[in-house]
Amino acid sequence: MKKRNSVLLSTPYILWMIAFTLIPLGVVAYYSLTDPSTGAFTWGNLVNLRMYLPVMWQSILYSLAAAFICLLLGYPVAYYIAHTGALTQKILYMLVMLPMCMSFLLRTLAWVGLLQDTGIINNILAALGLSRLQMIRTPGAVVLGMVYNYLPYMILPLYSTIVKIDDRLIEAAEDLGCTPVQTFARVILPLSKPGILSGITMVFVPAVSTFYISQKLGGTDTVLIGDVIERLFKQGNNPNLGAALSLVLMLLVFVCTGIMNRFGADKEGGVIA
Amino acid sequence: MRKVVSFILSVCLVFGCLAMLSGCGSNEEKITLYVYNWGQYISEGDEDSLDVIAAFEEKYPNIHVQYSTYDSNEIMYSKLAAGGITVDLIIPSDYMIGRMAQEGMLKELNFDNIPNYKYVDEAFKNTSYDPDNKYSVPYTWGTVGIIYNTKYVDEADVTGWELLWNEKYAGKILMFDNSRDAFGIAQYLLGYDVNTTDEDALKACTEKLKEQKPVVQQYVMDQIFSVMENEEAWIAPYYAGDYLTMAEENPDLAFYFPQEQGFNIFIDAMCIPTCCQQQEAAELFINFLCDPEVSGSNMDYLGYSTPISAAKEYMDPEVASSPIAYPDDNTLRNATSFSFLPGDTSRLMENLFMEMRNS
Amino acid sequence: MKKANRVLTVLMFIFLYLPMAVLIVASFNTGKDITRFEGFTLQQYVRLFRDKSLLELLGNSLIVSILASFIATVFGTVAALGIRDLNPRLRSTVMTLTNIPMTNPDIVTGVSLSLLFVFVGSQLLGQRNSLTFGTLLIAHITFNLPYVILNVMPKLKQMDPALEDAAKDLGCTSMQAFFKVTLHEIMPGIVSGAIMAFTMSLDDFVISYFVTGMDFVTLPVEIYTYTKKPIQPKVYAMFTLLFGLIFVLMLTMNLLQIRADKKKSEAHGA
Repeated sequence: MKKRNSVLLSTPYILWMIAFTLIPLGVVAYYSLTDPSTGAFTWGNLVNLRMYLPVMWQSILYSLAAAFICLLLGYPVAYYIAHTGALTQKILYMLVMLPMCMSFLLRTLAWVGLLQDTGIINNILAALGLSRLQMIRTPGAVVLGMVYNYLPYMILPLYSTIVKIDDRLIEAAEDLGCTPVQTFARVILPLSKPGILSGITMVFVPAVSTFYISQKLGGTDTVLIGDVIERLFKQGNNPNLGAALSLVLMLLVFVCTGIMNRFGADKEGGVIA
Repeated sequence: MRKVVSFILSVCLVFGCLAMLSGCGSNEEKITLYVYNWGQYISEGDEDSLDVIAAFEEKYPNIHVQYSTYDSNEIMYSKLAAGGITVDLIIPSDYMIGRMAQEGMLKELNFDNIPNYKYVDEAFKNTSYDPDNKYSVPYTWGTVGIIYNTKYVDEADVTGWELLWNEKYAGKILMFDNSRDAFGIAQYLLGYDVNTTDEDALKACTEKLKEQKPVVQQYVMDQIFSVMENEEAWIAPYYAGDYLTMAEENPDLAFYFPQEQGFNIFIDAMCIPTCCQQQEAAELFINFLCDPEVSGSNMDYLGYSTPISAAKEYMDPEVASSPIAYPDDNTLRNATSFSFLPGDTSRLMENLFMEMRNS
Repeated sequence: MKKANRVLTVLMFIFLYLPMAVLIVASFNTGKDITRFEGFTLQQYVRLFRDKSLLELLGNSLIVSILASFIATVFGTVAALGIRDLNPRLRSTVMTLTNIPMTNPDIVTGVSLSLLFVFVGSQLLGQRNSLTFGTLLIAHITFNLPYVILNVMPKLKQMDPALEDAAKDLGCTSMQAFFKVTLHEIMPGIVSGAIMAFTMSLDDFVISYFVTGMDFVTLPVEIYTYTKKPIQPKVYAMFTLLFGLIFVLMLTMNLLQIRADKKKSEAHGA
């Protein structure tokens, strides 16, 4: 096959991606610059966005918190899985992946049942004679929901980088007199950086744009960007403002992942699970 | 590797066959009627009640009903206004019918296909939202009041809409998640006309609703059922018909009409939107729902009030004479209905509500 | 240290599986409330199988995900072959394009596609019904394609180009060379791409939520409307069955792979 011919094979794909990723973003931009009732050009939607600055800030804060908690919890787990026997590794890997295949809506709903004032945990506390706790409808519950839903997205890329680290490097570090802490900080951690970065991205992006988790587990004041977009499209009949907010959300994610990749300074974009 | 591949392929095949099987059930020749209704708003056949849709499909075997639900008039409106979908039958409330008729979103009905219209009580004809009876046939009517749990709420506090602002019950109060009902409550409480177009009045209501936000547990529509039944929340404004359903599950729930301040009385009626493609089938469906026997069993299950007095014969006498479903004239003396607002006012109200919810 | 890690791992698995256990227990509950277990029953499973609509929705989900992942796999593999031979600058542009749906939040992808479909359908073509099965399928193919490309490309890069040339030298046509050599080499990438695409499609809620119309609804989207109403316990029964099914599928796949690996190593050892 001549090279030139085979290049043609990619043309339909490129056209498809232009038609269904670039052009839709153009349509979003078009909507965000038009008035909802008259359809005339306006900057109004973008100006109105300043109303949502606290909401954006809150979304970033919660999802960053969720990403770091995922990292703290996920790292030891991924490390443990990567250092068990081959068979256990396979099975544990499968068990981490399994929840990702189940409906996250129902799993989040189960948390409502666990956390609510008349929920399972509080019923147990009450039965033990302890006082009931306010758990649901707090910022903590929203972060918990994010950590719960996206923890596998952290563990899997971490696992795939940690498992590739050559044990001889660790041995070498130990032979050269490193304490376990030093070995970890100077050898293992730098080598697992790509996994850490892609894990954080994979938790942060869905968390910052979620609407279901905050609707179910959050209170009336834990409003996230995703909530607002969903409400503007589905209830508020203001797709134009919703489109403007979507654009901002997209930019925000690109900037955040860009910063993160800059941190990495690796050429590799990221590891997919 | 090859084994894994063939395994996956066979799994796909099995799934494919399953999918085919489930697809085969529906016949190609059938007309599909897209009905878009409120959630929990038709008898679906559990607990020995009548399965209205199944009964209709049995009567008209060439019609398949594709049924989906919405939470509020506003959600239904934005879905239709956004375009891109086909819906043959909707059941909006009075003010929304007025708005949609005004905006040319409704088709005129052909009453030749709806002979059962004759059963509809005169009181529900020539209404303000549809003065010439062109666009709508009433489905139910009802009222909005306060549902509260007698186990936790002191009767002395149940004096009117201000109960929903009572800090004593902070975190145990629910509120409507739709602009018109929520503003309505603020308007009754502050003494404004519920159909006002005055911007300052609406802004004052927004402030009142913002003030309420810290004591509100959740803004809900049909999630209310489980939350009130399992006592996660104690106080909520909602539709009287749904209260009757909840009270069956939890007898501690009580209902209160804020008679002095006023409350909303509404009619929900069946309409055909302009995106309809099966008008005749939709009219057959309307006609079917107006049949007194069908309406009777349907309302028996729903708890809402029927606009067809002849249907009461077929209902549980206890429901048919319930003072909550059919309040007397004295209770209703300050009840008002929402009439449709000019487009600008509706949009302003929706935007203010969004602003309040999203802040 | 290791002990601490083990304890943490066990706790993490409890955390991951606790809510699912709650749902599974709820599927055997006589009461409706998830928080109180009132008694054991299999009634929910009977209700599930009597309810045609839930199974139909599951069927819908399977139809979309099988079709979308299959089309995306074929389309994506072909495209990957072409992308490999592009000049480096163009190639990196195309890869950036491929990364857009991956890094974009789902909600933005969903919103943008739904605006596009409605805009083109109702305003340009004057269609009444512009959100259909077809548009849902397009959306699913679009977010599936990057998974296929990103799984196939590395395998293509790893492959020794001399292999294909050798096949041609031995008299294969380029078609034959592709099917006999290249396809064989990149198969693992294709398979993992296809599986990933399939699961992504089957589970997708957010994008589908924005692009479905009235006539074709998938299971996750309908589950969302279920969770806004008093939820019927038969949904938990379906969850339990799906959980069992996926568990068994994953386990079998792992076992098969372990056996295949063993055979391979034995063959190498001999």
